[in-house]
Amino acid sequence: MSEKVLMKGNEAIAEAAILAGCRHYFGYPITPQTEIAAYMAKKMPKIGGTFLQAESEIAAINMVYGVSSTGKRVMTSSSSPGISLKSEGLSYLAGADLPALVVNVQRGGPGLGGIQPSQSDYFQATRGSGHGDYHMIVLAPASVQEMAELTVKGFELADKYRMTTMILADGTMGQMMEPVALDIEVKPMPEKPWAVTGTKMSRPHNIINSLFLSPDKLEQMNFERYERYAAIEKNEALYEEYMMEDAEICIAAFGIAARVSKNAINEARKEGIKVGLIRPITLWPFPKAPFENALKTVKEFISVELSMGQMIEDVRLSIDCRVPVTLCNRVGGMIPSPEQVLDAIRNAAKNGGNR
Amino acid sequence: MFKKLFTYSGGFSARDPEERNAFSYAKAGKQTMTPNEINNAFLPQCVRDPKRLTLFLGHYGSGKTNIAINYALALKRNGGKVGIADLDIVNPYFRTKDSINELSEAGIRLICSEYANSNVDIPALPQDMYAVTDDKSYHMVLDIGGDDRGALALGRLVPAIIEEDNYSMLMVINRYRPLTRNASDTLEVMREIETACGLRFTGLVNNSNLGAETTPEDILSSAGYAYEISRLTSLPVSLTTVRADLYGEISSRMPEVFPLTLQKKII
Repeated sequence: MSEKVLMKGNEAIAEAAILAGCRHYFGYPITPQTEIAAYMAKKMPKIGGTFLQAESEIAAINMVYGVSSTGKRVMTSSSSPGISLKSEGLSYLAGADLPALVVNVQRGGPGLGGIQPSQSDYFQATRGSGHGDYHMIVLAPASVQEMAELTVKGFELADKYRMTTMILADGTMGQMMEPVALDIEVKPMPEKPWAVTGTKMSRPHNIINSLFLSPDKLEQMNFERYERYAAIEKNEALYEEYMMEDAEICIAAFGIAARVSKNAINEARKEGIKVGLIRPITLWPFPKAPFENALKTVKEFISVELSMGQMIEDVRLSIDCRVPVTLCNRVGGMIPSPEQVLDAIRNAAKNGGNR
Repeated sequence: MFKKLFTYSGGFSARDPEERNAFSYAKAGKQTMTPNEINNAFLPQCVRDPKRLTLFLGHYGSGKTNIAINYALALKRNGGKVGIADLDIVNPYFRTKDSINELSEAGIRLICSEYANSNVDIPALPQDMYAVTDDKSYHMVLDIGGDDRGALALGRLVPAIIEEDNYSMLMVINRYRPLTRNASDTLEVMREIETACGLRFTGLVNNSNLGAETTPEDILSSAGYAYEISRLTSLPVSLTTVRADLYGEISSRMPEVFPLTLQKKII
C-alpha cells in the first residue's frame, strides 16, 4: 500500500478525479465544497488539464455537457443551491445520454439556507433533480477514503451507462480530514464511438442532442433509457451492513449519519439491544435487497437523517411498509448526536415493533 | 534578507543546565503529562521567550488554528496578558471561535469576526483587529487563513508590525498534506504567502501528521523534510508540534517539541 496522505474530503474528490483521468473541471465557488475548485485550480494547470471558474453554475454544467460530448472525462461540483441551478443542465445531460461526474457537498436548506452540513437534497438527487424522466447514479461516501474511491467508481459507472453520477456528500464529509491511501485502481476508459471527435470523412456524423422532433422517437429513447436503468438497479446497488446478523432493530443511514449511528449502535449493544445498521452506498439505485432480507429478524427500522425524512420513504418502499419505520433527525446544519440516536434505539427496543 | 534569521537558536546547544535537567525529567518521566507539567518542565524557546506578536501562516489545512490556540494557552500559562486574533478569511468551517469556552476560561482575549461560526458566509475581518498592533500590553497570537489568499488579510497590519519589529512569523508545514509533500512544493506555498502579505517568515513549525493515525515514526521521519526546507530557506525549525499523547516519546528524540490538544468543532 502506498504511503497515506492527510486530506480533506473535498481534496480527496479532486485528487481522485485526476487519478481517474479527469482533465476538465468547471465550477463556481460555494461553501462547503470550495476546496474542490481550489485544488483543481492549483493542480490542473500543472498536468495539462483545464480548470475554469465559470461565470455561474449554469455555465459550468453546460461546459460539462460540451466536454462530455467529445468523450473526455469531465466534472463539476457545487453545494445545494448551486445544484438547483445546475438542474436544467443535468436534465439535458440525461436527455443526450452523456456521462459526467457531479458532486454535491450538501448544506442546510431550503433557499440560501446555511453553510453547515445537511442531507436534505436526497429527493433532489435520487429523483433526478431536473425535469423529465431520468435518474442519476447517486453515491454516498461516509469517509474521506470513500470520497476518493467513489469518485473513481463514479467516473467508471458514468462511462459504462452513459449517464451522470452524483457524489452526494455533506459539509462534514467535505471538510473533515482523514488519512487517505490513493493507490486506487482505475480501469481503462471504455471506447466512446458516439463521441463528437471529427468524422475524418470515415463515418457518419455523431449528433449529441436532447431534442427529438417526433414524439414516438422520444418515447422510444425514454423506453431504452429505462431498460438501462433496470439493469443498473439489478447490478449496481451497493451497501454496507453492520451488526445485522441478529438485529431486531435496524438503522438506515448514509454518510455522516451512518458514522454517528455506528457509535450509538456500539453503545446500545453494550446494553444488550440487538441493533444493526444498513448503510446504503448507492442511494440510486437504492439497495432494496438487504432491507427485504432484514425482515427475517428486524421488528422496527429507524431512518437517521440530516433531513426532515427523505430516505425514509425508500426504506418504507423497500419493505412495503410491513414493519414500522421511524425517523431520527436533525436539520438546518445540525447533526444528530450519538446520544439522540441511542435514545431512538432504546425507544424502539421498548416498543418491540408495536407502534 | 532574512532579518530575523538568528532570533531563535533552534537546537540544544543554547540550553542552560536547568533546562537540561528539565529535559531529562521529560525524557524519564511519564508518557502522559498535563499541559502545566509540560510547561514547567520543558518548553521550546519561542514559547518560553515569545515575541510580542506570533503569526501562524501556512498551507490550507496545515493545522494553523489548532496550533495557534494551543500556543496561546501555553503563553497564558507563562503569565501576562495574552490574546488570539482570528484573521481567517478563507475557511468558514473551522474557526478559533470553536474554542471560545476554553479561551475565555483561560482568560485569553479572543479577537474574531462576529460572523464567525454563523451562516454569514463572507470573508469578514474582526472590527477590533487593530488592537493587535495598537494595544502593546498583550502577547498576541495571530491565526491567519490558509495559503496566499488567507495571507492577504494580514496586509493591512504589516506596516505596524514592521514598525514595532517584535514578531515572529511561523510557517506551519505538514509533509503528509498532498500539496506540500516535498520541500520544493512547500517552498512555493511559502513564497506565495510572503508575496501576498508582504512579510517574511522567521521560522518553521513542523506539524507533520496523519491525524488520528499518526505514529511516532511518521513524525520522526518528517525531520528530514523539515530540515531540507530549513536548509533551503535558512529558517530554523522553531517548533515540532505533536499530539499530546505522543509528546513523551517524541520530545526525547527531537528538539523544540510542543504538545497539541486537538480543538474540537462546536456544532
